[in-house]
Amino acid sequence: MEILELAFMQRALLAALLVGITAPAIGIYLVQRRQALMGDGIGHVALTGVGLGFLLNASPIWVATVVCVLGAVVMELIRSYGRTRGDIALALLFYGGMAGGVMLTSLSDRGSSASLSTYLFGSITTVSREDILAICVLAAFVIVTTVGLRRQLFAICQDEEFARVTGLPVRLLNLLIAVTAAVTVTVAMRVVGLLLVSALMVIPVAASQQITRSFATTFAASVGIGVLVTVSGTTASYYVDVPSGATIVLMAIGLFVVLTALATPLARRRAGRAAAQEQCTLDGKGRSTATDDVRV
Amino acid sequence: MEQPVIAVRGATASLGSRPVLRGIDLTVGRGEVVALLGANGSGKSTAVRAIVGQVPLTGGELELFGTPRRRFRDWKRVGYVPQRTTAAGGVPATVREVVLSGRLARTKLGPARRADREAVVRALELVGMADRAGDPVAALSGGQHQRVLIARALAGEPELLIMDEPMAGVDLASQEVLAEALRDQVERGASVLLVLHELGPLEPLIDRAVVLRDGCVVHDGAPPRAVGQHALPGHDHVHPHADPAAEPIRTGLLS
Ligand SMILES: Nc1ncnc2c1ncn2[C@@H]1O[C@H](COP(=O)(O)OP(=O)(O)OP(=O)(O)O)[C@@H](O)[C@H]1O
Ligand SMILES: [Mg+2]
Repeated sequence: MEILELAFMQRALLAALLVGITAPAIGIYLVQRRQALMGDGIGHVALTGVGLGFLLNASPIWVATVVCVLGAVVMELIRSYGRTRGDIALALLFYGGMAGGVMLTSLSDRGSSASLSTYLFGSITTVSREDILAICVLAAFVIVTTVGLRRQLFAICQDEEFARVTGLPVRLLNLLIAVTAAVTVTVAMRVVGLLLVSALMVIPVAASQQITRSFATTFAASVGIGVLVTVSGTTASYYVDVPSGATIVLMAIGLFVVLTALATPLARRRAGRAAAQEQCTLDGKGRSTATDDVRV
Repeated sequence: MEQPVIAVRGATASLGSRPVLRGIDLTVGRGEVVALLGANGSGKSTAVRAIVGQVPLTGGELELFGTPRRRFRDWKRVGYVPQRTTAAGGVPATVREVVLSGRLARTKLGPARRADREAVVRALELVGMADRAGDPVAALSGGQHQRVLIARALAGEPELLIMDEPMAGVDLASQEVLAEALRDQVERGASVLLVLHELGPLEPLIDRAVVLRDGCVVHDGAPPRAVGQHALPGHDHVHPHADPAAEPIRTGLLS
């Protein structure tokens, strides 16, 4: 395999692997809380970070991390406090982040619209040695958080009020979810690009839940699908000259369609098995429900 | 006298700009089962949510196990069943996974151990849902879902159960199962505060009833004999009755 002997492809595949793990791992909590598009919002804000990185002549990935984390914290605060007109505030944040990125990039002498587009759409084969170090450190944080605190984060996303009454530090954990999502965006931006980051957080989860029944298997299957599409998409983009981000996302959508098509016969078979076990019998058992009081 | 597990004095609370609790007093003694009754919108859920710290009080005092609510941290002593019809998230989850959340007050940020899994099995057996442990919650009926939420509260093995309409949508046979489960808890020394619309099979368990109307306590004492909202003083009568006691007693079975 000559592909594995090239240093830039080694880096690309490692980055792809880490993105395949981390994006669905945090995405599952966002989907559970029906905040599937939060990753997209952070992606827009990250652009300001990238632009700022160009302007300050600093590493765009670290500057973007800081800006994303700040943006995600603001989004979380808007979510938890300002219910009213929260959508308008978010819109301001998203488009402000996007416009800010374009503006800052044009002001800097290093950045150009061409270099900005490597962040927008991903350019996995240009991942540098410093980038890969940052990606590894950030990915480790995401994995430790999403796996280590899975029961706590699950409970918060399932029923926040109940989680608060168990005495969990819910506000802190909510901020942690937001920060982790922000970090994942910066991990993924070189691989799939800021405009497609959210796809990798959401689509593997949506695809796997077509055939899964529990949170644990959905988590595992989402990560599995994530890794499958990022690694094979990156490999494909090496052999056929196509952009990695778009290849990965289209493969994920393809898997979603296949699994959805498979899910219908699967559900039918499950239902058939259950029906075979339980035939209607008229033995009067459980009839008392019929006499239940009718509420006034 | 023994410390009450819940002590509320002169509590007031507002939602939005609307005063919803207007100075309620409520105590639940150790081992006591207290029913909170009242018409829709009378403030029952708000009172319960204030007790578990989800609605801020604008006045009055609130103590849990003798500790002012603000300083109360011992949440593993409390099991809470929120009023809810569906709490399904955007990702599949099994009954077992949801009920395991009830152990978080004990495990905190640590891992789940074998004792936690065993408590989940016991709680599911108590509510008669053990055979559905591996099923996704989205595939349950409303009443089954409600039983899962009760199991989640029981899984934490709390000393105080606070339940907001735990019997909503639960059929009579299952209500009897749950009443049995509750009796079991009370015999072990648990105290219970529960919001109900009808006493049903729980009636023999209930020591005292508190009736709310428009955010005020209008009755605190023996549970009303008759079952069904018509018999409650808090019920908003659409048509006037000269004497509510003259109404035939609704047993819930025959009406
Ligand atoms: N989020 C809210 N904002 C403003 N007012 C609210 C809010 N939630 C409830 N209310 C009002 O507070 C009052 C009490 O509500 P609460 O939910 O405590 O009633 P309840 O007794 O539990 O009724 P039900 O039997 O329907 O559950 C109602 O009049 C309701 O309109
Ligand atoms: Mg209520």
